[in-house]
Amino acid sequence: MLSFLPHIALPPTPALFAQLLIGLINGAFYAMLSLGLAVIFGMLNIINFTHGAQYMLGAFCAWLALNYLGIGYWPALILAPIVVAAAGMVLERLFLRHVYKLDHLYGLLLTFGLALIIEGLFRQYYGSSGQPYSIPDGLTGARNLGFMFLPNYRAWVIVASLAVCFGTWFLIERTRLGAYLRAATENPTLVQAFGINVPRMVTLTYGFGAGLAALAGVLAAPIYQVSPLMGSDIIVVVFAVVVIGGMGSIVGAVLSGFVLGLVEGLTKVFYPEASNTVIFVVMAVVLLVKPAGFFGRTA
Amino acid sequence: MQAKILLAAAALVALGAASAGAQSGPVKIGVLNDMSGLYSDVGGKGSVVAAQMAVDDAGPVLGQKAVVISGDHQNKPDVGSSIARQWYDQDGVDMITDVPTSSVALAVTEVAREKKKLALFTGPASSDLTGPKCNAYAAAWVYDTYSLAHVTGGAVVKSGGDTWFFITADYAFGHALERDTGDVVKAAGGKILGDVMVPLSTADFSSYLLQAQASKAKIIGLANAGGDTINSIKQGAEFGIVEGGQKFAGLLMFISDVHSLGLKVAQGLQLTSPFYWDMNDQTRAFSKRFAEKTGRPPTFDQAGVYSAVAHYLKAVKASGTKDPDKVMAEMRALPINDFMTKNGKLRIDGRVVRDMYLFEVKKPSESKAPWDYYKLIQTVPGDEAYRPLDKGDCPLVKNG
Repeated sequence: MLSFLPHIALPPTPALFAQLLIGLINGAFYAMLSLGLAVIFGMLNIINFTHGAQYMLGAFCAWLALNYLGIGYWPALILAPIVVAAAGMVLERLFLRHVYKLDHLYGLLLTFGLALIIEGLFRQYYGSSGQPYSIPDGLTGARNLGFMFLPNYRAWVIVASLAVCFGTWFLIERTRLGAYLRAATENPTLVQAFGINVPRMVTLTYGFGAGLAALAGVLAAPIYQVSPLMGSDIIVVVFAVVVIGGMGSIVGAVLSGFVLGLVEGLTKVFYPEASNTVIFVVMAVVLLVKPAGFFGRTA
Repeated sequence: MQAKILLAAAALVALGAASAGAQSGPVKIGVLNDMSGLYSDVGGKGSVVAAQMAVDDAGPVLGQKAVVISGDHQNKPDVGSSIARQWYDQDGVDMITDVPTSSVALAVTEVAREKKKLALFTGPASSDLTGPKCNAYAAAWVYDTYSLAHVTGGAVVKSGGDTWFFITADYAFGHALERDTGDVVKAAGGKILGDVMVPLSTADFSSYLLQAQASKAKIIGLANAGGDTINSIKQGAEFGIVEGGQKFAGLLMFISDVHSLGLKVAQGLQLTSPFYWDMNDQTRAFSKRFAEKTGRPPTFDQAGVYSAVAHYLKAVKASGTKDPDKVMAEMRALPINDFMTKNGKLRIDGRVVRDMYLFEVKKPSESKAPWDYYKLIQTVPGDEAYRPLDKGDCPLVKNG
């Protein structure tokens, strides 16, 4: 019946476990990136298309720090997000604040244009094939799990990503600062009346979102090439992930990130030709059945 | 009514004048390639620089200096063929060159056939361009999947790599490269244990690498290119492919890929190339000039663009016309000689037959200077590296 799918053959169970784990690792990147997008959309109502560029900038910061300043992976893991967050805040102050009151489309076009400019500049200087960045010494090698050979670095990516996702969720949903933030999105005037500087909070939130993208970029640097194109390749997928999870929902973004990583991983085993399409198929179906996404609050 | 006819006649005359104008203008060369995507380091702006160098070196052709224009096909066949159409029809382009990405080249070659204008390909690899899809106006200047398969594939099988698993880019080029290499492996008594078709421009290869690992094949053949090859090899190191006793065969590797991987990861890989910057005084001299303009030595695609443009302009000068049929005949008659070509010849099926070289990537300790990456293992004469003329199913050969 499925004879039109030429490559279908059920792999043995251990191999399937391995593929699921790989899917989860890729899902970790989706989760981290869609998390930042969800935070920015939830708080600022901006569809941040520069997110991919900020992810790329994070990786490039790490690479530049290593090659020009001799700063290694671990400090870069802290430094790069700070640098990119600072740049993000400048961007927010200079450009984004002017479009909050307008239709979503303006924010989208503005951030998309900025992303094209940033990526174009980096491509001009560094070319498209990417720069090598090695795995830090403590995380090289791999261990044999019996069913697969798991590189230590990939294990670290999952752990780091889970920690970041949980931390962000906790910050926004369970702390006083998070409560202010959520209140400010509901009714900025009222929150301002309580003496809270809402514009500054919005700036910081954008910086935080950009910093999350940069962190994912540093984590990705040793796995993929540090390339100007790395962001634009992944951002479209991440948007689909956010749409599936429900725009603005943090839990939705994280969960759908991991789940779609798994779905993509399975597709790579059973029908690899469709692996870069499957997420969009899921998106289309979700939009038809549940237009607000799985965890979206309003349609 | 009469006024209408007069108007139509006037329009016709104007059209005729315009096209006559296009005929007598300078020779126009269009460099069509990937300017911004995963293949832009292979060709990209560097190919435009190379074409311009060839134009500058040639001096005036038919009384005027030739003109180079460029376009970005974004690796999309529809974009590529519509630019080609526009160039041939409206912009007076006489010859299109480069065109990496076989799927785009297969579309552009059809436009060249239809418009009876020239296309000299240096970027695309599919051997079908000079096989079933050959035509009298197109040429494949520097390499193809058949020669890559025979030189690299042959060498690997000879040194004991007799079981293969392919990681293949899922489009015309990858399919052709896997097919041609598979033929070589099977002819030498080897076995293909499996393959996986991967969409173009994939970031994460780990799933495919695990499938390759599980296949227990001695050789993992990479029928892909550019960023895809880089990511496959880099992530393969992470998953312990080489430590596990398997080996990669990078079937199409450019020097920009090796540069990007770094010698630590790339060392020991064998690869086939029609050109390397550090082969002799001529290649070094050209590469030095090129690097002064671009900051890096040329890839074989970029070097090939120079070779194709230079030979084309020589043929235009010799025949004294831009007429595609006459120029093509002249190009076939003249032997091709330049810094990268020794007595190359353009066959009736469009194949340029030239020597190919099997290189091995140096160890970090052997590399003495920036971009000092390859050592020569073997020179394969063109007649052995390329498909025999009668084996390619090119209709021009059957008719001739």
